[in-house]
Amino acid sequence: MHELAVTEGILAVVLRHAAAGGASRVVTVRLRIGGLSDLSEEWLARYFAWLGKGTVAEGARIEVERTPVVFRCGPCDRTFDVDLKAARDFPCPFCGGNDVSLVSGREFFVREIEVM
Amino acid sequence: MENIRLIEVREEILSDNRDLAREIRETLCRKGVFLLNLMSSPGAGKTSLLIRTLRALREAFRIAVIEGDIDSMVDAEKVAAEGVPAVQIRTGSACHLDAPMVEKALGELDLDHTDLVLMENVGNLVCPAEFDTGDTRKAMILSVPEGDDKPLKYPLMFSICHAVVVNKMDCLPMFDFDLEVFRERVRKLNPGAEIFPLSCKTGEGMDRWIAWLEKAIAESRSR
Repeated sequence: MHELAVTEGILAVVLRHAAAGGASRVVTVRLRIGGLSDLSEEWLARYFAWLGKGTVAEGARIEVERTPVVFRCGPCDRTFDVDLKAARDFPCPFCGGNDVSLVSGREFFVREIEVM
Repeated sequence: MENIRLIEVREEILSDNRDLAREIRETLCRKGVFLLNLMSSPGAGKTSLLIRTLRALREAFRIAVIEGDIDSMVDAEKVAAEGVPAVQIRTGSACHLDAPMVEKALGELDLDHTDLVLMENVGNLVCPAEFDTGDTRKAMILSVPEGDDKPLKYPLMFSICHAVVVNKMDCLPMFDFDLEVFRERVRKLNPGAEIFPLSCKTGEGMDRWIAWLEKAIAESRSR
C-alpha cells in the first residue's frame, strides 16, 4: 500500500550514492527487505520505472533479497526461521517451548547498486 | 562497453524520514511535549479512545490533537467539540503519516503551551508501522472482533508499539478471541509491549491505560 512513498525513499538513496560515486547510469539496485515488511515487489518495480524517468536510475533493475523472520528460544538459545503468514503458532522446533522472542526480520535497506 | 562497478550502499530506505523524525523527537523533548502516535485498523476505536483519553487527562495536561484520518472532517469535528486545539492533516489518498506531515502539523500548534499531543494516524496496520513520525510513544488499538491472530498478520506493527490496547472487551463473550493466546503472540514479537484490555464503551480497563500514559509522560519529562 505504501510502495509509492517507499520507492521515493529508495530512489533518493540510490541517486545520492550514484552521484557520490560519479555514476552515469544505475544498472541494478539491490534491496534487503525483512519478512516482517509487507512490500509488493511488482508495485515497487512499476513505481521505480515511473519515478526514475529522467534520472541516472532510469531503467534500473530492482532486485529484492528477502531475509527471514528469525526467533530465538530462550532456554535452548537457538534460533529458527518462522513464516508468519503460514504459522498459527510457532513454538521452538527444538524443545517445543514457547519462551521465544523476535531476533530479526525488520531489515529495510538498500544494500548495493551496480553502476556504470 | 563501460565497466559495471558495484557501490556498497547499506543505507536504510527511509533514512530521510527517520532523520527528520529524530529531529522532531528531540525538539519535542526539549519543549517538554509528549507526542502519542495512535495507530489501528479502521473501526477499532481510535477516536473513541482519543476522546476518553483527553477527557481523563485534560485537567492535568494541556492537550492538543492531530487528526490524520483520510479526508474525513467527522473525527476533527468530534475533537473540536471537546474544546481542545485540533489540526487536521488532509492525507488524501496517503495511507500513513510521515515525519514531514507531522512536522507541518506540529507547526500549527502552540507547542510552548502544550504538554500532550494525541495523534490519530491513518487507519491501517501496514504503512504507519514503516514510517517514524517523531512520536514519543507508539500505541496501537486492536478490537476484539478483529481476532486474536492479528499479530501474525501484521507483525511489524506489533513489533514496534510500546502499548497495545485491546478495545471492545465488552464484546468478548460473543467472539472467539483468546486473550491469553493473543498476549503470547504479542510477547513473542515484542516482549516490552504493554497490553491494555479495555472497553471505550463501558470505560472498563481505562484507568490502567491512563495510568500507563501518565507514567510515560512523567518519564519523558525526567529525561
